Amino acid sequence: MTTAPEPAAGGGQTFTPLIELRGVNKHFGDLHVLQDIELTVGRGEVVVVIGPSGSGKSTLCRAINRLEPIENGTILIDGEPLPAEGKGLARLRAEVGMVFQSFNLFAHKTVLQNVSLAQIKVRGRPKAEADAKSRALLERVGLESQADKYPAQLSGGQQQRVAIARALAMDPKALLFDEPTSALDPEMINEVLDVMRQLAHEGMTMIVVTHEMGFARASANRVVFMADGRVVEDRAPEDFFSAPESERARDFLSKILKH
Amino acid sequence: MKTLTDNWSTYWDGFLGTLSLFAVSAVLSLVLGVLIAGFRVSPVRPLRVFGTVWVTVLRNTPLTLLFFIVVLGLPRFDITLPFYTFAVLALGCYTSAFVCEAMRSGVNTVPTGQGEAARSLGMSFGQTMSLVVLPQAYRSVVAPIGSVMIALAKNTAIAGSFSVTELLGTYRTINELGYSIVWTFVWIAVGYLIITLAVSAVFNLLERRVAVSR
Repeated sequence: MTTAPEPAAGGGQTFTPLIELRGVNKHFGDLHVLQDIELTVGRGEVVVVIGPSGSGKSTLCRAINRLEPIENGTILIDGEPLPAEGKGLARLRAEVGMVFQSFNLFAHKTVLQNVSLAQIKVRGRPKAEADAKSRALLERVGLESQADKYPAQLSGGQQQRVAIARALAMDPKALLFDEPTSALDPEMINEVLDVMRQLAHEGMTMIVVTHEMGFARASANRVVFMADGRVVEDRAPEDFFSAPESERARDFLSKILKH
Repeated sequence: MKTLTDNWSTYWDGFLGTLSLFAVSAVLSLVLGVLIAGFRVSPVRPLRVFGTVWVTVLRNTPLTLLFFIVVLGLPRFDITLPFYTFAVLALGCYTSAFVCEAMRSGVNTVPTGQGEAARSLGMSFGQTMSLVVLPQAYRSVVAPIGSVMIALAKNTAIAGSFSVTELLGTYRTINELGYSIVWTFVWIAVGYLIITLAVSAVFNLLERRVAVSR
């Protein structure tokens, strides 16, 4: 069925699992959206999840920090099982950053406040320290001059870069990207991908649900192909793109790579 | 005019009575209403059930009946409080149900992504509500809460039938002294208008303030 997860292609580093999914199942009504999902993501690995729409890839991503509760199976983060709703879950979510398709910046806060808010309220950092960190992160994503604007005054690409800075501000162990470029105009996709490529290069553990095949080829350690709620293939990107094993993957690739 | 000037102190006491009933009940209803709205959208099932029962019972019973229950019922359980306190309890709890529903509709206008983003950053339910969702919900609830507060100001009149000094009840005293019933009520109406128009003005101002910060 699925090929065994390969160790991180990071040049002979030891493979320590950071995110593990074991026999995860979930239904939306009659739709079996996640079927016996097995997936292990090692520390420092970049795993890109692709597949046709409705294949369950977004749900998979959201299940990892329990924005979607699962019905059965186990999800381990750094060896700890995902806690149920409550303080433990909040603590864990602070360790796993998430970037959404629709950015979800806090509309009533400035860019700087967006990045600082959780640092102050969740991490308990003094405001001055949080703001300094926020400004440094905004500079890193190229938006230090926009710090005092409101999200609605920024372009989509800028908003998404702020959202990445906001997630990074918590010093997360891993980042989840749920179709981060799908809501962007084409000319803005690259500015977001640049930031993501840089993060991947620096060794951040990332799970990225995307349709950007270029990013998958260049930056991913592994490509996970999902269809109909199952993980169909889980392989190195060059193997997957040059010689997909399953009919579903061949069909999918032939449709998206032609133009 | 003579009706007013001759009975100025009666009117004034009644006016102050209504004003204080309104102000204290308004604070109680707003605090309770926001709290119950939080219950109704919380992830904890028993809290949701409590919130739903609270709103269903209080919103669907006549306020006068609630006054009877509080004033005649609570003393049966050896809870004896001044009539004024009973009246504030009845008015505050009753109005909190309407405040709650207005708040809840406001919470529903905030995109779910806002709450998801807050939770994904490790914020607790309370932080998500108070820091992210409610400040944005607030914008769309100013106008409906204003209506609820005006209704509350007028509902204080019921307290007069339960031995609380308030504006409408002054007509009995003034009428017994032989003043024109029509003018008695005209001046009472003016008293209510002063309060309700002031409430409208305050909420109009609030509405303009939040409109600017959007």
